[in-house]
Amino acid sequence: MKIARSLSILGLVCLASAANAAEKLTVYSYRQAFLIDPILENFTKETGIDVEVVFSKKGIAERMVREGRLSPADIVLTSDFSRLMELVDKELVVQASSEVLNNNIPTKFRSPDDNWYSLTMRVRNVYSSKERLGKLAIDYEDLSDPKYMGKICTRSGKHPYNISLVASMIAHHGEAETRSWLEGLKANLARKPQGNDRAQVKAVKEGLCDIAIGNSYYLGKMLQDPKQVPWAESVEINFPNQANRGSHINVSGMALAKYAPNKENAIKLMEYLSGDEAQKAYAEVNYEYPINEDVAPSELVASWGDFKADSLPIFKLAEYHKTAVKLLDQVKFDL
Amino acid sequence: MILGLSRSWSFLGYLIAAIITLPLVAIITQALVPDEAVFAHLLETVLPTYVANTLLLMFWVGLGSLIIAIPAAWLVAKCHFPGRRIFQWALLLPLAMPAYVVAYVYTDLLDYAGPLQKLLRELFAWQSPQDYYFPEVRSLGGASLMLSLVLFPYIYLLARTTFMEQSSSLQHAARVMGCGPWRSFWHLSLPMARPALAVGVALVAMETAADFATVSYFAVPTLTTAVYDTWLEYGSLSAAAKLSAIMLLVVFSMIGFERFARRKQQLFQKQTGVNQVELYLLKGMRAKLASGYCSALLFFSFLLPFIILLQYAWEYFDQSWSSAFWEYSLNSLYISGIVSVIAVFIGVLLMFIRRISPRRADLLPSRFASTGYALPGTVLAIGILVPLTYLDFAVNDLYEYLGHRGPGLIFTGSVFVLIFAFCIRFSAIAIGSVESSYKRISPSLDMAAITMGLKPRSLLCRVHIPLLRRGIFAGLLLVFIECMKELPAALLLRPVGFENLATYVFQFVSDEQLEHGALAAIVIVLVGLVPLIYLNRSLEQES
Repeated sequence: MKIARSLSILGLVCLASAANAAEKLTVYSYRQAFLIDPILENFTKETGIDVEVVFSKKGIAERMVREGRLSPADIVLTSDFSRLMELVDKELVVQASSEVLNNNIPTKFRSPDDNWYSLTMRVRNVYSSKERLGKLAIDYEDLSDPKYMGKICTRSGKHPYNISLVASMIAHHGEAETRSWLEGLKANLARKPQGNDRAQVKAVKEGLCDIAIGNSYYLGKMLQDPKQVPWAESVEINFPNQANRGSHINVSGMALAKYAPNKENAIKLMEYLSGDEAQKAYAEVNYEYPINEDVAPSELVASWGDFKADSLPIFKLAEYHKTAVKLLDQVKFDL
Repeated sequence: MILGLSRSWSFLGYLIAAIITLPLVAIITQALVPDEAVFAHLLETVLPTYVANTLLLMFWVGLGSLIIAIPAAWLVAKCHFPGRRIFQWALLLPLAMPAYVVAYVYTDLLDYAGPLQKLLRELFAWQSPQDYYFPEVRSLGGASLMLSLVLFPYIYLLARTTFMEQSSSLQHAARVMGCGPWRSFWHLSLPMARPALAVGVALVAMETAADFATVSYFAVPTLTTAVYDTWLEYGSLSAAAKLSAIMLLVVFSMIGFERFARRKQQLFQKQTGVNQVELYLLKGMRAKLASGYCSALLFFSFLLPFIILLQYAWEYFDQSWSSAFWEYSLNSLYISGIVSVIAVFIGVLLMFIRRISPRRADLLPSRFASTGYALPGTVLAIGILVPLTYLDFAVNDLYEYLGHRGPGLIFTGSVFVLIFAFCIRFSAIAIGSVESSYKRISPSLDMAAITMGLKPRSLLCRVHIPLLRRGIFAGLLLVFIECMKELPAALLLRPVGFENLATYVFQFVSDEQLEHGALAAIVIVLVGLVPLIYLNRSLEQES
């Protein structure tokens, strides 16, 4: 009986906490909580609106499909573009329609239908060993060149950042050519894809490989951690394809959940995230390129120099997402 | 057993079994839904590798753990050597270590930039990775080793208990007949321990199949990671369910094998504590070898990773010390506490029904209830979310039909779903440990009790439970630690804003900076140690 009683108490607690959750903003985030917590805390300080974050590397769209109209999510934050498109495809998001958002975010970085917005921009860089290669004028296409045999490190091909890069290759070169590029790249790998972008730079420092594929902001993050400073200092950051189409860029973004219980407050948060203060935090704390043109990149990021970005409209990447995953499986990129 | 066990007992058993089997049914139903050729694509490309990796990993970890655990268990149970009393409990410590933490630490030590390879390069003046061969840590072999290091205590615990409780009269008889320690080990102790070893290996293999964090950290794709990716990346629930079904096939054939292997074993051993007089006294070289073996095992499986964790935590203390900490610790603690009590309750109840019911069909509930453990966290999450979501919607529809605002996701959106999932997954552990305790209670005891007019409930409370207390303790302990460490189910099921230690630590591991989460990892380990110490004390008091 005791057990039955404690179970029913537990049940009540669950009910109570579920009821409470409805009065807060709930953010489903593909971005790690500790990256955005400081920004959200400032928002709470300013507005008094509490924000709860569920972080998940994968599967937020799946979760929202399942939760349907009962979903507690107000806003979804993503760390890459394909995730935003997935939300749109599954009809999980809705127009936010806000003047502030439209002013803060340039047209090419938001949906024409107002149902998704970019927050920050990042470049898929090619890092090279200072000691062994120096600064490179390199194209993504060169990564399959046999002269780099056994010299390249990357994270899993199936990570959204890499899928997105592969999708851009398909957009520019077609499926067949991209496939042989992937085969060439796989043959050049120093080791099986593993770890995150940070681990690839570490591997360069260690001498395991000479080239690492990684996002721009990782370099800044590494310079913050005393243990990782030597890794960061062992590499040059290169912006690929500067002589032709420009470097592949990806965006982190946000969208308003279709069944958001607190749409009004949710839009407030979205506006806050695109505003000067939050954009500055993204730039200074996370070393990303702010999407709001009024906000400058951090000094460190600016010191990496200007670059030409691939002009391929970002929504094009979504079209080739599935094909990219298929190619990666076909060439057994991760195995 | 002939006893008038009323139908309501059986009904309760079937009810529990049905609830526990629910996810399994959900998976199979899902697997039958067409999946737009996703599965065919996987089958063509990566699936064979996934299956092979899974099978190889289970094999190597099972074998590795057996080889590590049996000598230690036998030495501790049967021999006298320096440090025995410490090793007796200390060798359980690795159970408290999450495998992915050990994996992270060893990767740091052993990979190209680690101190060992650096030293080798300096010694032999090697310049680059092409100059020499060093086994890759992040590989199938590496993963097998890491998992063996943290999973062997399952076999050790069960084997040690069995060795200790093996009837001393048999042992005595063997000695009188001139049977030395080696012979009595090979011909008496080991064969008699087979049921316990089989249970241990089955546990270890299932843990291995369910492991998510270590293999994903090591980039060794297995079925578990494939289920996760297919569900979340391809967005195909039914293809993921098909993969899950394959996985279940693998696991169930292993369970079947285990049951088959010990189908005719029946053991009636004495339950009155351990007879200390029977220990072999090791001296000189032998004693040193015994102590050395156990020390090395303890060092590599627990002390070394723990010391390195302490060092990380020390270096990064300022970054990692936060108030969130207590919250996550308490979350982990109370979930584990609730689940272990419920699971053991289920275990005792089902095994009791199975033991004394006159109806053959009453064997089934405990069998079915044991299947929960076969469902790895990722698979279980799919199997639970599907039916519980239906339930959530049903409740809300009902509210709305009655003209009220629905309560929202009360099942899938609260800790209920975590507790439910953990109970389903870990009841089998409780059932297993109660079962092996039950095996040691002679049926004649029941008969005696019944002839004295005991009703089923008194038989359970006054006779069985006191005799089962070791099994119950072991069950509580194992379930508790499992809950502290269980990751994939927690990752997939945790409600909004809920974090426990495992999910928190894994965030840092997957971001290649465990240093920042080392403090939380230490708490997982330390909290896991509390029940270990408690269990050990209770075992010692009995002996």
